[in-house]
Amino acid sequence: MEHIVIIGNGISGVTAARHIRKLSDKKITIISAETDYFFSRTALMYVYMGHMNFEHTQPYENWFWEKNNINLKKGYVKTIDTNSKTLHFAEGDTLTYNKLIIATGSKPNKFGWPGQDLKGVMGMYHKQDLENLEFYAPNNKVCKHAVIVGGGLIGIELAEMLNSRNIPVTFLVRESSFWNGVLPDGESEMINRHIKNHHIDLRLATNLKEIIPDENGKVKSVIIEETGEEILCDSVGLTAGVTPNIDFIKDSNIETGKGVKVNRFLETNIPDIYAIGDCAEQHEAIGNRRPIEAVWYTGRMMGETIAQTICGNKMPYNPGHWFNSAKFFDIEYQTYGWVHGSKNKPDYEQHFHWKHDDDTKCITIAFDKNTNAFLGINTFGIRMRHETFNTWLTEKRPVDYVINHLAEANFDPEFYKRYEKDVLKAYTNQFQTV
Amino acid sequence: MSNQTTHKSMSLVKPEANDLSVKQKIAVAIGAMGLLVLALAIFNTNFPNKTTFLTLSLAAIALGTILFANDAYLTKSEGIKNDGVWFKSISSRGVLAWITGILLTGFYIILYFFPQYLGQTPSGEPNTGLISLFDPLSYLLSGNPASQWFVYGTLYTVAILVFGYKFMLKYRHNRYEQLRTISVMFFQLGFAFLIPELMSRLNASPDYNLPYYDLKSMWPLNYYLFDSWSINGLLSSGALGFIMLMFGIISIFVISPFLTYKYGKRWYCSWVCGCGGLAETAGDSFRHLSSKKLSAWKLERWLIHTVLVFSVVMTTAVIYTYLGSDPNKFWLTRSAFLLGVGILLTLVFSITMIFKRHELGKDARYGAIGYFVLIAALFIMHYTGTSDKIFLIKASALRSVYGLYIGSIFSGVIGTGFYPILGNRVWCRFGCPMAAILGFQQRMFSKFRITTNGGQCISCGNCSTYCEMGIDVRAYAQKGENIVRSSCVGCGICSAVCPRGVLKLENDSLKGRINANEILLGNDVDLLDLINSK
Ligand SMILES: Cc1cc2nc3c(=O)[nH]c(=O)nc-3n(C[C@H](O)[C@H](O)[C@H](O)COP(=O)(O)OP(=O)(O)OC[C@H]3O[C@@H](n4cnc5c(N)ncnc54)[C@H](O)[C@@H]3O)c2cc1C
Ligand code: SF4
Ligand code: SF4
Repeated sequence: MEHIVIIGNGISGVTAARHIRKLSDKKITIISAETDYFFSRTALMYVYMGHMNFEHTQPYENWFWEKNNINLKKGYVKTIDTNSKTLHFAEGDTLTYNKLIIATGSKPNKFGWPGQDLKGVMGMYHKQDLENLEFYAPNNKVCKHAVIVGGGLIGIELAEMLNSRNIPVTFLVRESSFWNGVLPDGESEMINRHIKNHHIDLRLATNLKEIIPDENGKVKSVIIEETGEEILCDSVGLTAGVTPNIDFIKDSNIETGKGVKVNRFLETNIPDIYAIGDCAEQHEAIGNRRPIEAVWYTGRMMGETIAQTICGNKMPYNPGHWFNSAKFFDIEYQTYGWVHGSKNKPDYEQHFHWKHDDDTKCITIAFDKNTNAFLGINTFGIRMRHETFNTWLTEKRPVDYVINHLAEANFDPEFYKRYEKDVLKAYTNQFQTV
Repeated sequence: MSNQTTHKSMSLVKPEANDLSVKQKIAVAIGAMGLLVLALAIFNTNFPNKTTFLTLSLAAIALGTILFANDAYLTKSEGIKNDGVWFKSISSRGVLAWITGILLTGFYIILYFFPQYLGQTPSGEPNTGLISLFDPLSYLLSGNPASQWFVYGTLYTVAILVFGYKFMLKYRHNRYEQLRTISVMFFQLGFAFLIPELMSRLNASPDYNLPYYDLKSMWPLNYYLFDSWSINGLLSSGALGFIMLMFGIISIFVISPFLTYKYGKRWYCSWVCGCGGLAETAGDSFRHLSSKKLSAWKLERWLIHTVLVFSVVMTTAVIYTYLGSDPNKFWLTRSAFLLGVGILLTLVFSITMIFKRHELGKDARYGAIGYFVLIAALFIMHYTGTSDKIFLIKASALRSVYGLYIGSIFSGVIGTGFYPILGNRVWCRFGCPMAAILGFQQRMFSKFRITTNGGQCISCGNCSTYCEMGIDVRAYAQKGENIVRSSCVGCGICSAVCPRGVLKLENDSLKGRINANEILLGNDVDLLDLINSK
């Protein structure tokens, strides 16, 4: 029987395994060095915040794997011998495969800052990072102050986490406004204010120079690049993005760049070896997407696709319209289609922006200024329906249509206040086209 | 890399942020003083001015809770407030939780089985102890001295009101939660407490003999509706009594199926019901303790339907025994009644099997078992029934067994007493026959469902964790499936806590309500078609 081996028990590896099992009775083994069972990485923050126990982040009960005849192996793959189709583990044992799926995810970026490997300095990616955080920042007695370096989605989650334990936080953000490489200015500025409302010491346009140890090799303070200011702290979170976790592959015959290089069929240069999820790098980016897409949904979609290919129905990875979501403290964010921040905005893209007076809700709708075609929407503090926007994007609806039918897309709970009228009014005022 | 499993907080040191603030400590002290007055009354402290002390006590409990809630929620921004839930002793089955559970359970045992310790005396003699403390309020409302049930009803109502206030602050960003909480507070205060108390004043006149009747409590939750004393009472209370009886019957067969069709069982379980009301308010801090295991779901389905079958048999038996056999005296004879029940059950069973067979899957077998047990029971009743015995035992005995084990021990002692250990909806989930009927209707013909928002789920698990009914919401959401489950009480908390805006409770057309897209939105459309065409 064909043996399918998957390195990585994250969303992409597990989705692949589940779908292969659905389609076939091939032998399946999932390998991970991190945890015994699949858990939701996106939920790590809620464990630290006390919303959930770690067990709650596991989407399947422990009996699920045996019942579905999926073997789990705990171990760290040190090398891949592609000629003999053998994996060598750090623990000394080996495993042979017929087909191999690499789904090893990411690791936190470290940009060579002095002191980046000190005790009390950590990323926020793996379960072990969380355990570290529990050790170095269990409360505001042990950790009187924390510094977060890097203003992305994980950075702001870490700020919220520490805040939940009343640990004062200084948040260093390289950009001039929070996440404005992605978000348009109006939104990004609203989030700046929201962060400050939670008593986070937000430092924009500020870089880390170095991390200073105390006599025990533990972090004592950080130095700011621009001002030379020293900030005393007991722990430092490095959240300046992630890179594919593929160091162990670099010596093998598998072609790598930043990630494991794959074609549209998610095949690597070696037959029978595939890569999916955070660690896969497309030779050529698909549409507006980046060659490496480090988000949950794409990992899941690649897992679904590769299962088809492996089970004899060869299929390219062909994602539909882009979507994503996040939460910034109390403000939920969803996006459908493409809305670019000012730095990356193409010439043809024009924005309509509406913000509520309470400064916690806003939307930005992007459209093509030549054709008026709707390109995408960012929505903050108002939930919107994925299916509706997916349809509108496929049908290439004009922006007027979208504004006038916005109510159909509303996904807020029943009885919530609705804002479609305000939005329409603002739109008419701004563009006077309706 | 370590393989340590992560229980509770992984830290060795307790997260300080979850300690009580000074204001909260004061609030707890004030509330505790109110409870102390009640405790002293139990131990027969004779308070000089009962009215003053009762007022003081209830006011202190209310004030304590209000101050606590204000400090806990109004000092923070609006949003989900679950920080530290699994660290706090009271909400994570810690020492405090066990103490509270034991005290509550003890209270229920005394209430149901040893009311004399609360100061209940043989009728005619004046009350003593705790119950006598409530005499002034009872005289004010109904004109009668208090009873253990009056004390219980008052405390129950106070709990729903003050914890309802707390709940509304906690969810002050969520209008759905606020409105349904106002609703349960209103129904408890008005329909379950004040109106019945005031109505019993009518009984002072010889024309009235109304049984105490919680107006919003429907059969089979209100299992004594068809007891002979209740029916006789209603029938001997003129037009009002007759209207109430009719309303009770119409509720069962018309009003409730209709509302459940339109809105799902939540119209009752989360907007009206007192048991649900207490669970949602006083029990809110314990909702995440419900078990989400598949095994718990299996247990749930056996238990709740067994209770339903039991309650149908019991009610039929009770009515059976006080009906006559002479059609000339009263058209509804025993045989006619049994035949009627049999026909009704057969109708429900066949309609379900004909129209919904494919949706039921394996559950059809259990439905069939339930149906045949019921029909067999009717036959046995017919052939063995005498004027007071059925199944060779007294119908009244059957009725008391039900009252004792289901009505008291299950719904009260375990259902509420174990809030801090098993979660707040144990009764609603495992025991309530009303929930079983409404759930059946909800599953079979209701516009209600929880819609999943395309491919947005990140499998974080907040929804499942905070579902008080132990539904593994995530299992559906991460597949892009809508949630259509008979046990869902529509509390809306899964939707509230979801950090990605994935879940929406809504009433929409029946078509396409149950969907099973294994490939989620966002993916290749061809792949979607391929998978779903199979
Ligand atoms: C805190 C946080 C919050 C996030 N929130 C969101 C969000 O809200 N929305 C969103 O879309 N995305 C979010 N992400 C990103 C998302 O979690 C990732 O894109 C996704 O988990 C990647 O899944 P994966 O299966 O590709 O890899 P991973 O989940 O990283 O799984 C890879 C596994 O392989 C193991 N592994 C690696 N190398 C080896 C080896 N040599 N031997 C054995 N095992 C190995 C790793 O230890 C790991 O367990 C978040 C990420 C983090 C860290
Ligand atoms: S599924 Fe959601 S709405 Fe239904 S009971 Fe559970 S938490 Fe409440
Ligand atoms: S539906 Fe929401 S709360 Fe539930 S697992 Fe998905 S993202 Fe988390």
